[in-house]
Amino acid sequence: MAQANELKKQYKKRTLAQETWRRLVKNPGAMLGLGFLGLLIMAAALSPFIFDYEVDVIGQNMSERLMAPGAAHWFGTDEYGRDLFARVIYGARYSLIIGVGSVLLGLVVGTILGSQAGFHGGVIDSIIMRGIDIFYSIPNIMTAVVIVSLLGPSTVNLMIALAFSCASSFARIVRASVMTIRDQEYVESSYAMGLPTWKIIVKHILPNCLSPIIVQITLLIGTTIISASSLSFLGIGVPAPAPEWGALLSAGRGHIRDASYMCIIPGLAIMFTVLALNLLGDGLRDALDPKMKK
Amino acid sequence: MANKTILEVQNLTKFFNTPGGQLHAVDGVSFKIEEGKTLGIVGESGCGKSTTGRTILKLLEPTGGKILFDGQDITGYSRKQMRPLRQEMQMVFQDPFSSLDPRQTVMQLISEPIIEHKLLKSKAEIEARTLELMETVGLAERYVNTYPHELDGGRRQRIGIARALAVRPKLIVCDEPVSALDVSIQAQILNLLKKLQKDLGLTYIFITHDLSVVKYFSDDIAVMYLGQMVEKAPSDILFQNPIHPYTKALLSAIPLPIVGGDKPKRQLIKGEITSPVNLPDECRFMKRCDCVQECCKNGNPQLREVEPNHFVACSCV
Repeated sequence: MAQANELKKQYKKRTLAQETWRRLVKNPGAMLGLGFLGLLIMAAALSPFIFDYEVDVIGQNMSERLMAPGAAHWFGTDEYGRDLFARVIYGARYSLIIGVGSVLLGLVVGTILGSQAGFHGGVIDSIIMRGIDIFYSIPNIMTAVVIVSLLGPSTVNLMIALAFSCASSFARIVRASVMTIRDQEYVESSYAMGLPTWKIIVKHILPNCLSPIIVQITLLIGTTIISASSLSFLGIGVPAPAPEWGALLSAGRGHIRDASYMCIIPGLAIMFTVLALNLLGDGLRDALDPKMKK
Repeated sequence: MANKTILEVQNLTKFFNTPGGQLHAVDGVSFKIEEGKTLGIVGESGCGKSTTGRTILKLLEPTGGKILFDGQDITGYSRKQMRPLRQEMQMVFQDPFSSLDPRQTVMQLISEPIIEHKLLKSKAEIEARTLELMETVGLAERYVNTYPHELDGGRRQRIGIARALAVRPKLIVCDEPVSALDVSIQAQILNLLKKLQKDLGLTYIFITHDLSVVKYFSDDIAVMYLGQMVEKAPSDILFQNPIHPYTKALLSAIPLPIVGGDKPKRQLIKGEITSPVNLPDECRFMKRCDCVQECCKNGNPQLREVEPNHFVACSCV
């Protein structure tokens, strides 16, 4: 035991998280993405303290309508004279929560379904995957419309609706990776060690399909933010005065000729967020792979 | 050492269903191993030697026959029932590159079976035991937190051996443990396995296609061809007096360290291995054999004791 203690000092063991962080820091793109997301999350978290929701975010002021970006209103104002800066910052709350929430929900469901289908194969695989195919064949928006109409429009129900389409794409990706890893010798070796099946899936198979999952997470958060916007546009997303980014974007559509900033600014917010997520996702995938260690 | 039979295999069969019919991977293999001994199983690729090893460990479900481990009939055991037995019987895999999880460190890899079987409780004890195992297999302590891809094949195979030893098994199935390694490292690993056998009283089933390895290593040798045993004898007897034509050809294929001069003429086998799908009822080696007789067409020959402890399956003998 003294030997083991000595060893800790000598060959300092880093946990997976520490090791990943150490490698992530070396990737400038990922750090840029992380920095932007950090700022955005901070802004979203602090926005209720900076802005008064009733006055700054949804309070109308017709005397200041459609003002171009300037010193008074950094991002200009919309057709009701609401400050676009306050609305975009506040909107990050909605967009991020919906994007991250529905992707995580979809990730959990999709990973469970996909790993079962991929690992067991045969009949279980056919049942799960054909079910998912059926969902896939129905346009996402339509599925979401049906679910939201059934459950009633609210942020949580919107998240559930969007999680459905995320779950089906996660299930496919996880299934494909699990199928290739299932036949690796180290899985057989785990059986020979006497590990139960669920432990093999959780300890040996899923960690080895991490890269495609992480890439998919970052891509899907972006897509989901955009889908949430389309649903808001259809009137079944976040209810009206709330400054969700998609809602801002579609509100600006009518003024695209005379006040194009109304579209450009929320559009840029979505774009930078998705870009930051992709940069971070790329970096994370590399950082989580021990073989990429330099 | 007491001559206690640790493993007995009776008429073991493993068929795979393929689109073309039943593939006879292992077809009626029987043998016994005494505690502390080594049985070498040799044969060319595809003769079912690895399948035999995996079926004995129940990594594959046998189609028929019986597996008796320490007197227990484990043939019908489920995965769950097998779990406690995994402490007794372990496996060393052929390819040290694919048989270790690339996301785990050496410490995690070696301690996994200890933790899984709850052999030790405290973290410090587990770490101490892992280090002890590393020392046993000749891995330097400094590799404890490295990942397998950072190590060479020989060191990786040492991890594989340490993993197998971690649960203090009685029987280890070595499935071509050195065929993926350089010759110089092969010798190190073989010496290690031999030393471990002496120190820990292990029993080995040693699967290989390399006859020079098996000669050095085994007490008994079984030669397999197309899912069946064609010859089985103690190592020295088999090498001095091979009887089955296939064994003769295999032995003559061993490279000899003779430069120039009189090299003995090689007995080459003609043709290719017969497809193991839907086999006819005749000698399976007949189409490639030099000494075919009429009797070879009448049924598949079974193992017969030709001289004490020397079994051959050939109609011509």
